Amino acid sequence: MPFKKRIRVTVNGVRHERSVEPRLLLSDFLRHGLNLTGTHVGCEHGICGACTVLVDGRSVRACLTLAVQADNAGIRTIEGHGNAQSMSALQKTFKRCHGLQCGFCTPGFLATIEDMLNKYPLESEGRIRELLSGNLCRCTGYQNIVDAVLMARDERAQAEPVNRQVEKE
Amino acid sequence: MKPAPFDYCAPESLDEALSRLGNSPGAKLLAGGQSLIPMLNFRLLSTDLLIDLTKISELRGIQPHGRSVRIGALTTHQDVETSPLIRERFPLIGEAMRHVAHLAIRNRGTVGGSLVHADPSAEWPLLAVLLNARLQVAGLGGQRLIEAQEFLVGALTSSLSDDEILVRIDFPALPRHTAWAFDEVALRAGDFALCAAAVTLSTGGSFLTGGPRITDARIALAGVADTAIRAPAAERMIRGQRYLTLELVDQAAVCARDAISPNADLHASADYRRHLCHVLVKRLLGEAARSSAAFAPSSAPVVEGK
Repeated sequence: MPFKKRIRVTVNGVRHERSVEPRLLLSDFLRHGLNLTGTHVGCEHGICGACTVLVDGRSVRACLTLAVQADNAGIRTIEGHGNAQSMSALQKTFKRCHGLQCGFCTPGFLATIEDMLNKYPLESEGRIRELLSGNLCRCTGYQNIVDAVLMARDERAQAEPVNRQVEKE
Repeated sequence: MKPAPFDYCAPESLDEALSRLGNSPGAKLLAGGQSLIPMLNFRLLSTDLLIDLTKISELRGIQPHGRSVRIGALTTHQDVETSPLIRERFPLIGEAMRHVAHLAIRNRGTVGGSLVHADPSAEWPLLAVLLNARLQVAGLGGQRLIEAQEFLVGALTSSLSDDEILVRIDFPALPRHTAWAFDEVALRAGDFALCAAAVTLSTGGSFLTGGPRITDARIALAGVADTAIRAPAAERMIRGQRYLTLELVDQAAVCARDAISPNADLHASADYRRHLCHVLVKRLLGEAARSSAAFAPSSAPVVEGK
């Protein structure tokens, strides 16, 4: 039996130190090790996007990352966005646009969209759809999610007109 | 859907990784893990020891080397996509990165991992074959350079030995006046390409040499054979030409199509892949010829005709 490895992670601003088996996936570590069950597990091979979380600000598939690889990393899960009493700006746009129905895919979408908003100007709906293609939703038909991204993009542009990372072209 | 147990180490230098690899038959190398971890999850693969290479900073980064560009094997697709050096010298590579899986995969997946995995429909093998990339490989006995076409042996098979590690990839500079085009067809954005293609057209010469001509033409294809391939016969039809006519572009695309024998699978029949090859090569040659007209208007190999 392989030895467990000691890892230190900061999840939603809280530091944790745990011993984990090397084969433990980050998604299972978050759900079963830290009880943060907002990170959902769908396909477990990187297709559905439900388990997407932010690791050091970059969206990653928690099912394609080992918990040992997250040693010393800062992780943000859906629990770090907000709660029913005080939702994050992105959660509010999802609510206003009806960007979810059953909610299973939503935590992954929010992580992906956060990364998209930070990296790209999202100049067109087509580009938004291209970037959302790594997350599957079986309820909304995507239109309301696209609408929520457009609203979040415009809100951010109003809030911070400069300091946007400009994409090529 | 969980990996079988394995031990794990994350060496911080290439030498340490090589000696761990040499001492552990049955070990697997972990780069970005975006193909390896799904295979471990499915238990298509199992290993006694996973050697994580991501802590080795010497394997990461994009550097100029003369007029060519060196990309460390552990550089992520996302780092390549946003690199100013790539944008300046190989905009073709930057454009292709938009087609590599999805943002969350690009954030972790690496150039070297993709090449060693050698998926027949992936973008990096296609780019490596098109751009005559050379792959620097390290073993305990020293390093060696491998040409892209020799590195890619077959579907999911490279010529890397069990005790070797891919260190970096050199992309030699293209001739100064080179136009390019890249495109692929997939069911959804980010899915594996049913067919991907890229072309480059280089022009040169003056009235002393009989007028400007297409000095180099390259056509590379992915998703239609066991590895990424070139279309040498179609390239020969283009090379040396003064102009590209619509007829010639079509003939070259037909020639590229007739040289392949793709597999059929759940997503596309062999005939459909052949059709896509024809359509893409024709479209991309036209696109590259038109964009070369933009930088060399008087000597352009524009597509003539309708």
